[in-house]
Amino acid sequence: MNYTTIVNKQTISVAEIPEVGYYEFFGLNTGFLTGAPERHCVNYFGYPVDSHIKLICCIADDQTHQIYLSSCLVKASDTLDSFTAKNFNFEKFEREICENFGINYTDHPWLKPVRYAHNRADQSKTIANYPFFSIESDELHEVGVGPIHAGIIEPGHFRFICNGEQILHLEIQLGYQHRGIEQQFLEKKKLLQRSTIAESIAGDTVVGHTTAFSQVWESICGIQVSHDIEFSRTLALELERMAVHTGDLSAVCTDIAYQLGSSVFGRLRTPIINFMQEWCGNRLSKGLIRPGRNPFPFSPELANRLTGVLDIYEPHFLEMNVQLFQLPSALSRFERTGVVSYDDVLSVGTVGMAARMSGLNRDIRSSHPFGLYPEIAHEPIIKHHGDVYSRVQIRKAEVKQSMQYIRNLIQNVPEVSENEASFESPKPNSFTLSLVEGWRGEICHCTITDSQGELILYKVKDPSFHNWLALALAVRNNEISDFPICNKSFNLSYSGHDL
Amino acid sequence: MLSLILIIIAASFFTGIIIRVKSLASGRKGPGVFQPLKDVSRLFKKGVVYSETTSFVFQIAPTIYFSSVVMAMLVVPFGQSKGIISFNGDFIFFAYVLALGKFFSIISAMDTGSSFEGMGASREALYSMFAEPAFFILMGSLALLTGHTSFQEMFAALHIGSYISYALAILGAFVLMMVAMVENSRMPIDDPKTHLELTMVHEVMILDNSGFDLGLILTAGYLKFALYGALVVNLFIGVFPYQYSIPMFFVIQLVLASGVGLIESFMARFRMSHNAQFIFVLTSVSLLIFFGVLLILGKFA
Repeated sequence: MNYTTIVNKQTISVAEIPEVGYYEFFGLNTGFLTGAPERHCVNYFGYPVDSHIKLICCIADDQTHQIYLSSCLVKASDTLDSFTAKNFNFEKFEREICENFGINYTDHPWLKPVRYAHNRADQSKTIANYPFFSIESDELHEVGVGPIHAGIIEPGHFRFICNGEQILHLEIQLGYQHRGIEQQFLEKKKLLQRSTIAESIAGDTVVGHTTAFSQVWESICGIQVSHDIEFSRTLALELERMAVHTGDLSAVCTDIAYQLGSSVFGRLRTPIINFMQEWCGNRLSKGLIRPGRNPFPFSPELANRLTGVLDIYEPHFLEMNVQLFQLPSALSRFERTGVVSYDDVLSVGTVGMAARMSGLNRDIRSSHPFGLYPEIAHEPIIKHHGDVYSRVQIRKAEVKQSMQYIRNLIQNVPEVSENEASFESPKPNSFTLSLVEGWRGEICHCTITDSQGELILYKVKDPSFHNWLALALAVRNNEISDFPICNKSFNLSYSGHDL
Repeated sequence: MLSLILIIIAASFFTGIIIRVKSLASGRKGPGVFQPLKDVSRLFKKGVVYSETTSFVFQIAPTIYFSSVVMAMLVVPFGQSKGIISFNGDFIFFAYVLALGKFFSIISAMDTGSSFEGMGASREALYSMFAEPAFFILMGSLALLTGHTSFQEMFAALHIGSYISYALAILGAFVLMMVAMVENSRMPIDDPKTHLELTMVHEVMILDNSGFDLGLILTAGYLKFALYGALVVNLFIGVFPYQYSIPMFFVIQLVLASGVGLIESFMARFRMSHNAQFIFVLTSVSLLIFFGVLLILGKFA
């Protein structure tokens, strides 16, 4: 066997991952993805081993619910054939490997810096001299937006090449939010520090990232978590999904200047996040999820409160949806705007909503279930047009679905388990991979320990990592004035990408 | 003289009413009706910052834009009372003095060298160009109907003789109001509240203006709305005595402002490429008025 197979949240010894030569490695992993839409690359990264770089590639198979691991040892000075030339799934990963270690690729079509990591190999590459794509023409013009965002959210630079009002090409340059998250995981030794770092990966996906981190930690330490912990996490994930989707619906309405939708959806998000405040003392759920323990057990009183909140939320949400989806002026902005085809999402390997909008079934809740999802038997919501309308529809349907899951979950609030988990230290020389479906899509955290059980690698992949490219594809041939609504309908994270 | 005073009074509350209606419609209390006035008075107390890339064009444009609106106000009559200036063909003067102001605001936006402002300027120029035939076919039809070519004589003569002219007046009011929406960059053509430069039309052109200059531009915008409102009123009041026509003026302005507020609350903005189609529809409504006039005059007999 030139690869090994694990499932979500499984820890194996690093020695169990077969190490093969680069060309076998190349053939194996590109072969996995050839003609197999159910497989995609969840993570592909390198880390230094002695004087070499060890590359580990993780391919998830949604049908068998397994993850295929393989590895390869290369030198930083090597010049390799790129996976990307065969399959664009690997495009961002190889750019990252090139940026971090200086490994060169012969036939990578777009070998540009990803996020200007603090510890990048070539310090002479700076954010100020990013090599933008440009076209020399008297008839085209370039429009640069950012890095300061008009709505003062997060920084990112967008460079459009337009023919009049029509966008021909968009290049997105990120990296302004880079904080060195992965390095901090290694430097900060306390579990609490690491948990708070996980919370700060992307401010809108606190539950998603902390759950992924907790699963990694519990798996590598061999901690069995009790039912009530799984319950809290699943509930919090669904509540986070509801809150963010509702907020996004509001933001989409703002961008098309539909004031009623903007204010009603905006108002509806508040009771959900206020409920999180009641539950754990923080509206963004910070502090709610911790590895191995349940700091804020869910009580039957909270369940009653939540039922009350949902009972008020539901009719207003449904009514506003009827209004929005019957409004001709809104539909004319949504339909056939920002289309990404099935072939494109498959080829760039988008995850989460950005895949499901175009008919590609990517949902970790059903393909690699974790938490209480095996019991829920989640059915992903799939749309097929890949336009803004599909993305808005998915949000509407997922909010309804999450609401149903939450109502079912809080029927039986589990007893709080008394025994506090004992804190083991991580197993030495081990590898763990954890997948979580956050509201935006698949979150992947990986870690590797050394012979003392210290972390020597912590790797985070936010769903935005792949999905930014889908946005760049979506706006092609659209009017430049439709860019904001396309952008908002994806609502990708800058900090989740920049780490 | 009377029309000038009435327009200034109407301008003081018109935008405030729109904002208030929008606030109430979205379940908020909203600022006071005179908040826009307070905003511009704050701006008038401020100095101006000029970008180093701009030339004198950018510095004189806000003043020219403001004075063009004031000059246009001078020719607008009120019922049988003439505007301060009135001459044959003054409606052409009205349209082109406004166009002069717009021209300067467009070249001042180009002067900044910003790609956003250039885009905004090209959109504004395109929409004004499309709106122009609607206005001229409307005024030309009224001139044909009444046999006069100055605003005051046209409006005074409009309702003498036949009630069918009220039907024309209603269509004319629609066209004028929609032209006002285009000229003032309101919904559904443009979203005045947006923060997204890429979707802006008028707002993006004035992004570089600050302090006193910005105050002038905003004031000109308020006046422009009331100015078109006054033209709409003129379509109806004819030769009514002042005790009826002055209250009617304010009622119609209030209705228009609330109408704009309601439209902006309950519909989404058009897709940019649909704007041109929409503005062309105004031209066809104007043509309808033109054929109506031909019918009244018996030209089809």
